Amino acid sequence: MGVGITVEHLNAFYGKTQALFDVNIVVQANHATALIGPSGCGKSTFIRCLNRMHETIPEARVDGAVRIGELSVYNGTSATQLRRRVGMVFQKPNPFPTMSIYDNVAAGLKLNGFSNRKQLDEIVHRSLQSSALWDEVKDHLHKKSGASLSGGQQQRLCIARALAVQPEVLLMDEPCSALDPISTGKIEELIFQLKEQYTIVIVTHNMQQAARVAEFTGFFLLGKMIEFDKTEKIFTNPSDKRTEDYVTGRFG
Amino acid sequence: MNFNSAAELATPGVPQVVIPPMSWRRRFTDKAMTAVAALTVILVLLPLFAIFAYLVYKGIGSINLAFLTQTPKPVGEPGGGMANAIVGSMVILAIASVIGVPLGIGAGIFLSEYGRNRYGDIVRFVSDVLNGVPSIVIGIVAYGLVVMRQKHFSALAGGVALAIMMIPTIARTTEQMLLLVPQAIREAAYGLGVSRWRTTLSITLRTAISGVITGVMLAFARVAGETAPLLFTAFGNQFWNWKSDQPTAALSLQIFTYAISPFDEWHRQAWAGALVLIVLIVGAVSAVRIAVKHGTLSGA
Repeated sequence: MGVGITVEHLNAFYGKTQALFDVNIVVQANHATALIGPSGCGKSTFIRCLNRMHETIPEARVDGAVRIGELSVYNGTSATQLRRRVGMVFQKPNPFPTMSIYDNVAAGLKLNGFSNRKQLDEIVHRSLQSSALWDEVKDHLHKKSGASLSGGQQQRLCIARALAVQPEVLLMDEPCSALDPISTGKIEELIFQLKEQYTIVIVTHNMQQAARVAEFTGFFLLGKMIEFDKTEKIFTNPSDKRTEDYVTGRFG
Repeated sequence: MNFNSAAELATPGVPQVVIPPMSWRRRFTDKAMTAVAALTVILVLLPLFAIFAYLVYKGIGSINLAFLTQTPKPVGEPGGGMANAIVGSMVILAIASVIGVPLGIGAGIFLSEYGRNRYGDIVRFVSDVLNGVPSIVIGIVAYGLVVMRQKHFSALAGGVALAIMMIPTIARTTEQMLLLVPQAIREAAYGLGVSRWRTTLSITLRTAISGVITGVMLAFARVAGETAPLLFTAFGNQFWNWKSDQPTAALSLQIFTYAISPFDEWHRQAWAGALVLIVLIVGAVSAVRIAVKHGTLSGA
């Protein structure tokens, strides 16, 4: 089951440049939350702070408090432990090129020392079904490399890979920006089903997409969270003038 | 839709760009440059084939079962072979690989994954300098490190000398190959909760493995023919030796000894030894290549 996320006074830096300014947000469990805003506004930085990917960049640092369910992210939790509970799907599909489809999905478990073959088979099957890829790949799970799939299939493979470690939260950083409309449609459908079991935070440049998949939407501008509310409210009756300008296409 | 000419494609009001047919000069330059490129390939491959052909011509006559299975005979007696040197070379190279490959790959991993700083720059510089140190000097170092302590020449000392020569090549190629692995692949593993060292070994290194192996094979092939560092480490031996702490024969040493001798029979055997050495190197490199190819997936 998904858990909620609470972010309090989050500031993020790249060296001396501050990328996020005092962000506060409460993400509901088992819902999809979309983050929108122009390029460079800090959306990606923000979700990378939720699973501590931000700090893998040299000289990057964070202060503030993030809680995933009861787990305090920046207080005594190891990054690897945390990331097993907070899965991530990246902007560009990034399957492990030298691994078979099966090994790609099983990677998270295998590399963390899980080796029960029968259970692995079951989890790989279930994950690929949840990501709506099973029927397309079931005949060559072991023979084909993850890199031999099409872009859209690769992205669904990456989603299956993230689901296989059974996270509670799924972070998606513009998961459809490299995909064609049909693959995008499939992934949006998937998000719709997945949010019954997972808390989803999705960064998107596509406002229609935010409107289609998310119950809540946050609008970022220049590193600040300008407005966070029900998606419907953000798109029909935003309280901030800047949000209105952005969603009506007057800038950005 | 069919378009018969560029004019039909043009949007009214937009000036048309007409690309003229290729002039004879451009066509000539194109052909000439292709020819030059082909010629350089031939020039590069020519010495290799010339050496190989000449070795076969001079050496094949002396290769027989005795050459491959017997130890050298004393001067004046015909026959005999280099079996002990062939095995000795393999033993020395095995020792060198066991020491040099893990150290080289380890250093390469450090340089690429942890060495993007001042300390890494120092290691990189030192490694490049080591690459340029004359091989005889490395032989002296191994003499001081191993032979002086053991009080006699040995296969181990020869292996250490060759290992030292392998390390910088392997380290630098491993570093370059790991740097080619996109950061996104590492992030994918981190995102799954995989620790950094696990990611490096099971993801990054595995993704770059074919390039890393190329580096290892380059280093291997380079030291396989080295003679100078073995002169006062492995030393050479006219008889069988199965102990790694005793003087050991090596093909390159045997070729050297026989080539500078005044005897025709030994000269012929030196040619045969050189041919066997080059066949062994080509064989080892090809075997590893095939094994690696066999282990990779379709579409990878």
